[in-house]
Amino acid sequence: MSVPAREKIVLLSGNEAIARGAYEAGVTVASAYPGTPSTEILENFARYEGVYAEWAPNEKVSVEVAHGASMAGVRALAVMKHVGVNVAADPIFTASYTGVRGGFVIVTADDPELHSSQNEQDNRHYAVAAKIPMLEPSDSWEAKEFTRLAFDISEKYDTPVFLRSTTRISHATGAVRLGEVSGTSLTPGFVRDPAKWVMLPDNARRRHVIVEERMRALATFAEEFDGNRIEWGERDLGVITAGVSYQYVREAFPDASVLKLGMAHPLPSRLIREFAAGVSRLVVVEELDPHIETHVKALGVAVQGKEIIPITGELSTRIVREGIAGEAGPMRPAEGLPGRPPNLCPGCPHRGLFYVLNKFKVTVTGDIGCYTLAALPPLGGMDTCICMGASIGNAFGIEKALGKAALGKVVAVIGDSTFIHSGITPLIDIVYNRGFSTVIILDNRTTAMTGAQENPATGRTLMDEPARRLDLAALCRAVGVDHVYTVNPHDMVRTEAVLKRELFREEPSVIITEAPCVLLPEHRRKKRPVYEVITDLCTGCMACSKLGCPAIEWVPFIPAEAVAAGKKESQKGMARINPLLCDGCNQCPPLCKFQAILEKKE
Amino acid sequence: MKQARGNVFLAGVGGQGILLASEVLGEAFLLGGYDVKKSEVHGMAQRGGAVTTHLRYGPKVFSPLIEPGTADLLVAFEKLEALRFAHFLKPDGAAVVNAQEIMPPSVATGRERYPERIEERLAEVTPNLYLIDALAAALSLREVRAVNMVMVGAASQLLPLPEECYLRALRERLPERVVEVNGEAFRAGRALMAPREAGR
Repeated sequence: MSVPAREKIVLLSGNEAIARGAYEAGVTVASAYPGTPSTEILENFARYEGVYAEWAPNEKVSVEVAHGASMAGVRALAVMKHVGVNVAADPIFTASYTGVRGGFVIVTADDPELHSSQNEQDNRHYAVAAKIPMLEPSDSWEAKEFTRLAFDISEKYDTPVFLRSTTRISHATGAVRLGEVSGTSLTPGFVRDPAKWVMLPDNARRRHVIVEERMRALATFAEEFDGNRIEWGERDLGVITAGVSYQYVREAFPDASVLKLGMAHPLPSRLIREFAAGVSRLVVVEELDPHIETHVKALGVAVQGKEIIPITGELSTRIVREGIAGEAGPMRPAEGLPGRPPNLCPGCPHRGLFYVLNKFKVTVTGDIGCYTLAALPPLGGMDTCICMGASIGNAFGIEKALGKAALGKVVAVIGDSTFIHSGITPLIDIVYNRGFSTVIILDNRTTAMTGAQENPATGRTLMDEPARRLDLAALCRAVGVDHVYTVNPHDMVRTEAVLKRELFREEPSVIITEAPCVLLPEHRRKKRPVYEVITDLCTGCMACSKLGCPAIEWVPFIPAEAVAAGKKESQKGMARINPLLCDGCNQCPPLCKFQAILEKKE
Repeated sequence: MKQARGNVFLAGVGGQGILLASEVLGEAFLLGGYDVKKSEVHGMAQRGGAVTTHLRYGPKVFSPLIEPGTADLLVAFEKLEALRFAHFLKPDGAAVVNAQEIMPPSVATGRERYPERIEERLAEVTPNLYLIDALAAALSLREVRAVNMVMVGAASQLLPLPEECYLRALRERLPERVVEVNGEAFRAGRALMAPREAGR
């Protein structure tokens, strides 16, 4: 292996590499909605000189903005997680027809294994369905190179291009060779061309013919593309693979022949036939759906695939070895250990709301965000979670199914950023169609789950510029909700009182719980108290434990220990507050009937 | 342990600074002339949940993930997490384990007990167990967040790089104002390991 000059090799995550690739390709407009595992792409891209980068309210808008920039002759990038493509599918399918002017690349970051997602859909299907070429890097090095290349392909073939990453590409780190910034030779400006940009049926019919011609040309390109390559080894086993699966195959079978595909669509049929003819056993190793396998089979080539490689979850070297060779070696993880699922942070304002909600025995339709974690015990405070914005429509649907019986029985909870993303239209539905649903907007002034990104309600942009802050209460009133109330969720007494009133109101109402996320720097900088449990006063009633705060720890007693601690022999334990974790939110002290939780003195 | 390729598995609890520790380690190996890959998970998995990072180095690394039973070194920031991921160690692998205990939610709410005899159970998995108090070392520097660099320092005693690689990596990866305290934490971690032998 020839090693290029050391100073140009850096360690980058796949996401950093994609950002770098876009920068080197001369992208000047980029738009995204944050979503794991894609978020860091635009965060990193925004740091380069001379670019514009934004958080859009949702993925559909981000694609439309990037497409518009492409129309104006600059290179443009739209970035989203896999489920974001569902939201953006509408403009994507027609952008395929119009094509581009400046190079236009859409990054889809898929999440096999659902590390931080609600499904593990395989977005290679979108490339086929929308007739858009898709590149698929297998590490950071290729992530940067393929991103650059995607813009050239986009302009040459007049098409948007998908770049597909997965969690193990986006959040894996590897070597990348930095290159110079190039770019497009186009002159910025919108050139009027209705036959290309105005998708009236008559124009679109003609564009569809062009799309089919383009995909044939791209199929020819796929045969020549050096990202699709055969690595001949021993001929008794040949593996066709792509993305991170390539790495697992190389690791598990270093001597096998490999057809490594860097382009997921269109696939190189001639190259596949050539490879298949050269090996005695042919296997496709790909995560999730049998995308490559189906294509190979359609060519009439005998191949093994999903009967030996799992269709669910992500792969690993071990899984690949076991699937192909039938052996994997022993693995003995320790059993019976307490799990450590993610949890709301100490001091999280959401905890106060869900503690109160639990008292009402209502059906809680939930949404996508940190607060989804409130579904876990001990809060156990969420009954549904489907997709961005679904909480409101789901609650209204339950109301319409049950009629008056639903009054006081159903509530939707949705975060500030999620509400802006997809919650406004279902709220309009409730008002328009004469509903009485109660919606709670959890406004923690950030997009927290993905690591605290700005959004229209925070008053700052991705470029760290001040922006007009979206007034959520005024927005709700403007769509016709007459009853909009703001509460501090750390104040559980007042929150409970407002909920009691609004849940039973026979008109739509919105409650905004407003308190900053504890991860925000302005909160972290604040001087905060630390609370402690006064051992002598704690009776072990566990009222505070029901908050599920990570800082409140239960110290179990055996009878002798209880007596030694000066307690009744029957006391099962007592609470303790971990001073390293306590955030000083003051939610737990009022819950203690024995006034055992006090502010700790310095 | 000192060899041309290796797998370092980092485990702990979200919020302990594991991702940053692995960044520094990865950068150090790159500076040491190795190919490096590492993999981790962000997002929902991070909120106080179990966090792991796979770090692999060598002349050429393919998979970003370590296979169970093949880690040369387990760097565990928390005792229970050490036990949870001990099966990633190869039979003669080593484990540097922070003695700190952080209760998972089921334990903190009294539904389960924190496992007992973790040290003994770890010793059954690896003969090369180094149990250290990284939290105390960080607190003595008045910087509880430096636990991660104490762990990096301790781990560095079992890795094939010169000290300078780590210190340079620290300077490249951290904001300038925290380089000094993290350098001290790194050296404190190294010192915790220096006079020790496996199993103590």
